[in-house]
Amino acid sequence: MSENNRHHPQQNHFCPAETMSEDEDPCRPSPPPPPPPPEPVSKKTRNCAAVHPSPHSDRVLEIVLEHVLQFLTVRRDRNAASLVCKSWYRTEALTRSDVFIGNCYSVSPARVTTRFPRVRSVVIKGRPRFADFNLMPQNWGAHFGPWVATMGKAYPLLERVYLKRMSLTDRDLCLLADSFTKFKDLVLVCCEGFGTSGLAAVASKCRQLRVLDLSDTEVLYDGVDWISCFPEGETCLESLIFDCVECPINFEALESLVVRSPALKKLRLNREVSIGQLYRLVVRAPSLTHLGTGAFGHPEPQDPNDQEMDYGSAFSACKSLVCLSGFREVMPEYLPAIHSICTNLMSLNLSYANIGVEQFKLLIQHCCRLQVLWVLDSVCDEGLQAVAATCRDLRELRVFPLNAQEDVEGPVSEVGLQAISEGCPKLESILYFCQRMTNAAVVAMSNNCPDLVVFRLCIMGRHQPDHITGAPMDEGFGAIVMNCKKLTRLAISGLLTDRAFAYIGRYGKLVRTLSVAFAGDSDTGLKYVLEGCPKLQKLEIRDSPFGDAALLSGLHHYYNMRFLWMSTCQLSQRGCEEVARALPRLAVELLSYEENEEMDNETVDVLYMYRSLQGPRDDAPQFVRIL
Amino acid sequence: MVMRPWDPTTMISCYARKQNHSRLSMAFQGDLNLEATELRLGLPGTGDHERRTPPVGVGVTKNNKRGLPELEDGHREESTRTTKTQVVGWPPVRSYRKNCLQPKKTESESGGGVYVKVSMDGVPYLRKIDLKLYKEYPQLLKDLEEMFKLKGGEYSEREGYNRSEFMPAYEDKDGDWMLVGDVPWNMFVTSCKRLRIMKGSEL
Repeated sequence: MSENNRHHPQQNHFCPAETMSEDEDPCRPSPPPPPPPPEPVSKKTRNCAAVHPSPHSDRVLEIVLEHVLQFLTVRRDRNAASLVCKSWYRTEALTRSDVFIGNCYSVSPARVTTRFPRVRSVVIKGRPRFADFNLMPQNWGAHFGPWVATMGKAYPLLERVYLKRMSLTDRDLCLLADSFTKFKDLVLVCCEGFGTSGLAAVASKCRQLRVLDLSDTEVLYDGVDWISCFPEGETCLESLIFDCVECPINFEALESLVVRSPALKKLRLNREVSIGQLYRLVVRAPSLTHLGTGAFGHPEPQDPNDQEMDYGSAFSACKSLVCLSGFREVMPEYLPAIHSICTNLMSLNLSYANIGVEQFKLLIQHCCRLQVLWVLDSVCDEGLQAVAATCRDLRELRVFPLNAQEDVEGPVSEVGLQAISEGCPKLESILYFCQRMTNAAVVAMSNNCPDLVVFRLCIMGRHQPDHITGAPMDEGFGAIVMNCKKLTRLAISGLLTDRAFAYIGRYGKLVRTLSVAFAGDSDTGLKYVLEGCPKLQKLEIRDSPFGDAALLSGLHHYYNMRFLWMSTCQLSQRGCEEVARALPRLAVELLSYEENEEMDNETVDVLYMYRSLQGPRDDAPQFVRIL
Repeated sequence: MVMRPWDPTTMISCYARKQNHSRLSMAFQGDLNLEATELRLGLPGTGDHERRTPPVGVGVTKNNKRGLPELEDGHREESTRTTKTQVVGWPPVRSYRKNCLQPKKTESESGGGVYVKVSMDGVPYLRKIDLKLYKEYPQLLKDLEEMFKLKGGEYSEREGYNRSEFMPAYEDKDGDWMLVGDVPWNMFVTSCKRLRIMKGSEL
């Protein structure tokens, strides 16, 4: 088997299910198994061979292997095992119960079910992330339909489906509910295309449902009261998450559901649920560990008199609460009710709560164990300083903009970032939106937070330099890749020259995901990255001056990547065609923003390319051209 | 929820009270009364009024020569008019998050997103709408019809909303239930606390 084969995904590269959104291990393409070497001889085999004839000892070995391979849960290990020889390949395929498909178009459903016949859990990801920001025209694809149709027949015992950025219909959900009698976990992240009818089908037919999680998923309200569709009697529900679902909720049905779900640990309510209603739920479910509070305001007229409700006691009774979110329409006067549980909190999400600095400081001073914090920039630099003073154990921080526009005054800046870097040395992941930043603060963070794995800085004004020195932000990001040796995910912004990319290519040896917008001077920038970052898996670029020459400099690497996205850059059709010719197993999609316009050779709106075993997909809409 | 019975005498006197109130505060309510009594050839409710602007955050990139297919031409024009520096998908915040937070911003800036609950008899759920998004009754009524799948009714300035099966009513600041369409629009927006679509049989 030649070395070259390693780069060609002639086999699939499936991996066990991942619970986190960021991959722990990169997916490796598996070349075809080499001809089987002599089988390893163990004591057991020899003894067996002595007692039984040869074919039987092979079978014994396989049985042993099956038992051993059960213990392999990590994708990368399983992929490696499948490469040893044909026997291992077969046995691994039989014992793989969790399948991970990072790009739904990289392989056909039939191929998956043929290779892995005994799957209990499936993770499928669809659209690329930039689709979240309206950069991808509607109806591009990523349909769950073909998957549920095939798996419905092949995996009757399927228990878990996790989808991210996929499109589902009500019919798909009905089919899912009908096909899988033992179905337990449905997790839909950033999905859309279905309505409350689909949810009703799942609620009513999946009698063993444990998890129904609709994070950031759009659900059309078509009038069906899905909460009422859960069967009577005790349910197995452990997690019910619908905080971003913009549908009215039948509260009586919800209350009844909570009461008859003794195993419920995670409950995230949408903003239709008022604080009075929340109170009623909390007193009935004091063993919750994760709570999304819904509105946390707007008491209904029919709620009993506020004075009768001791919100403080209700929350203090929740001794197991570690993760708090919601506050969708927060009325600050209710916030003191949660002060008592703040000391237990590991995770707090206030990113939909527009509360002022003082209110925030009163709250955060109690949160000494906090590891994950999501806030709005309305907490200001001062609020972030308070975080730095209290949350010494912080691992993840996200600061979202209340006002997501350019050209406005921002309440957070390099001051907040510097404070966090000094107060939270264990920081691993940061997402920070701001209007102004300095290299010095970013460099400080690179030095103070050596454990950083994810660094995403979004300076909202395009091409904004260091606001004190006027210099590009090259040095700051350079320091990050240089000093943060564990960094795997990076998002850059502000005024950036090719120098920044040189740094990334030189030092970003573990970088797997890179997000670029309005950055760079020339093709050289992108070349640095494509040539320098061997672990690069996901590259998304918008509005940057990279052209065909840069694109072609990555030919050696594209089969190792999950995808490349380039929109509004300087690519031409001819350049993309050249890539398609050189790499036949790459699906090269050109998307057009204008409908019915003939694509000229001069510009490509969007290039989206990904390795694929199944050839050009047949469900591409009109604005997609697959080379 | 207690509702005062529909009593024509009461309603008239309430209305008269409010009419006086509105005359006194005419100066503060802009030219709405003048418009209401203005002689026009067109049908009531028509005339040049602005279309609702698309949610903030939907813009046109100035670097692209092309926009996105899902934006209609009209919307694109309005977007370019409202803000010339906004770019599609930038900053990279998901629309859901932007939309959740925008109303809050408006409240603190202009003192108004007027959110009221809308209930309809026979439907166990409420809806919520922002009255600030509308400039006049026909727009509002049309949206209510769509929201609750009602068949079309007639609105005329003189007679108010005339619909055989359903009648939209609202609770005002005094706690009285009024028929939608009786008072001038701006007065309605400032005094409406909640809306209720009543079945004709109760009238």
